[in-house]
Amino acid sequence: MTTKTINLTLKVWRQNRSRPKGGFENYTAKDISTDMSFLEMLDVVNEDLVLSGKEPIAFDHDCREGICGMCGAVVDGEAHGPLKETTLCQLHMRHFKSGDTIVIEPWRARAFPIVKDLVVDRSAFDEIIASGGYISSKTGGAQDANNILVGKEIADKAFNAAACIGCGACVAACPNASAMLFVGAKVSHLGLLPQGRPEAKTRVHNMVRTMDRLGFGNCSNETECEVQCPKSISIREIARMNREFVKASFS
Amino acid sequence: MNWFVDTFRTSLGKKFLMAVTGLGFIGFIIVHMMGNMTLFVGHEAFNAYVEKLHGYEALILVAEIGLLSLAVIHVTTGLLLFLGNRSARNVSYTVKKSGGGRNIGSATMPYTGFVILLFVILHLSNFSFVDTTDRTMYDVITATFSSWIYIIVYVVSVAAVAIHVRHGFWSLFQSLGLNHEKYMPALRMISIALAVIVGVGFGLIPIYIGIIT
Repeated sequence: MTTKTINLTLKVWRQNRSRPKGGFENYTAKDISTDMSFLEMLDVVNEDLVLSGKEPIAFDHDCREGICGMCGAVVDGEAHGPLKETTLCQLHMRHFKSGDTIVIEPWRARAFPIVKDLVVDRSAFDEIIASGGYISSKTGGAQDANNILVGKEIADKAFNAAACIGCGACVAACPNASAMLFVGAKVSHLGLLPQGRPEAKTRVHNMVRTMDRLGFGNCSNETECEVQCPKSISIREIARMNREFVKASFS
Repeated sequence: MNWFVDTFRTSLGKKFLMAVTGLGFIGFIIVHMMGNMTLFVGHEAFNAYVEKLHGYEALILVAEIGLLSLAVIHVTTGLLLFLGNRSARNVSYTVKKSGGGRNIGSATMPYTGFVILLFVILHLSNFSFVDTTDRTMYDVITATFSSWIYIIVYVVSVAAVAIHVRHGFWSLFQSLGLNHEKYMPALRMISIALAVIVGVGFGLIPIYIGIIT
C-alpha cells in the first residue's frame, strides 16, 4: 500500500516561558503522510528541529484519541482546526493540500496565559471546577445504582453536557474569550441529575463568580463556541445555566 | 438589597439586564413604527395621531422616564461588557475566521449600538425638542427630509437598528435562559423577520417623505 505524502509550510507561534511576547516562525513540513494526525505531523517537524539542534515546538497532548481534552491549538483561525466535532489529535493531514500554508496559534485568552509556544495554562478551568463542579457524597460501600432512578431523556441530556472534555476550545473560539459553554456544560451535567440537585444553587452561584473573577469574557451569543466545540456542546447548556442562575439568585 | 446588586454585577446578571432592557426597546420600536405608519396615510392622519398622542401627557412622561432608564442601563451595561470582553482577549488572533456561528448582527452589536445611541440623540433633537407652536409635526418632518444628508443619515441609522435587532431579539431569549429546540428555530426566524420589518418600515419614511412626496 502506498501512502500519499504532502509538503506544507507552517507558521507557528513561538513564545518563551519567560517572555511576555512571542512571534511566528516558519517551518517546512516535508513528505507528510496524509494518514498522519496533525500532532504526528508536528512530531515529524519537531524531530527535524531536534536533529538540527533547534528547540522543538511545545504543544500539549495526551491520549491522542480525542477524549482527554489535553491537545488543542487554533489552526487557520479555528480552534482544533477546520474539521467539525474533532480534536486536533483526531484531525488528519488528508484534510490539507500539498503546498498549503498553515497558521498555528495557541488559545488566546487573558485567563489562559501562555506557558510556552502552543501550551497554555488552563488552571483557570480547574479553579472553576473546584469552586462547584462536583457532588459531595459519603464514601464507603456504594449503594445500588437503581436506588436513584433517572429517566432516559434526562440521562441523555446530562450525558450530552458531560461530553465536555474541558479542552478550552470554547474560550479560544469565543470572540469575547468567554468560558460560558464550559461552565454551562458542567452546571448542566451535574444539575440535571438527582445527585447534583442538593448543591445546584451553590454550584451555579460559585462557578459563575469564579469564572468572572478569573478574567474570562462575557457571552454575547455569537455561538462560535458551539460550532467549534469538538464535542458539539450546545449553547442550550448556557441557557440552562442562565435559568439555574436566576433560580439560585432569586430564591 | 446586597444580593440584588451582587447578582447584576455578575456576567450573567449583566446579560439579563441587556436582555430585559433590549426587550423593552423592541416593544417601543414596534409601537413607534405603528404610529409612524400614519405618515403613509397622509399629513392629516399623521397630525391627528400626534395630537392624540400628546393628549396623554402623564402617560408620555411615564414612558419617557421609563425609556430613559432603559437607555441608561442598556448603554452602561453594554459598555462594561464591551470593555470586559476586549480585555479578556489581550492578544488577538493573527488569523481571524468564523466557524460559522457569528453573523453580521452578532459581530457588530457594540458598534451598531453606538451608532444607534448617536442616532437617538440626533433624532430627539430633530423631532422631539422642537418648537411646534406655529407649524405642525408633519411640516417639521418634511423640512428635515428635504435635505439629502438627513435622508442618508436616517436610512443608515435605521439599517443599524435592523442589524442590532437581528441578533438582539433571539439573543435576549437565550440570555434569559429560554432556549429549547421546540421554539428556538421560530425565535431565530422572527428575529430576521423583525429586522426586515423594522428596517423597511422605518427606512421607507425618509425616502417616502423626502423623495416621493
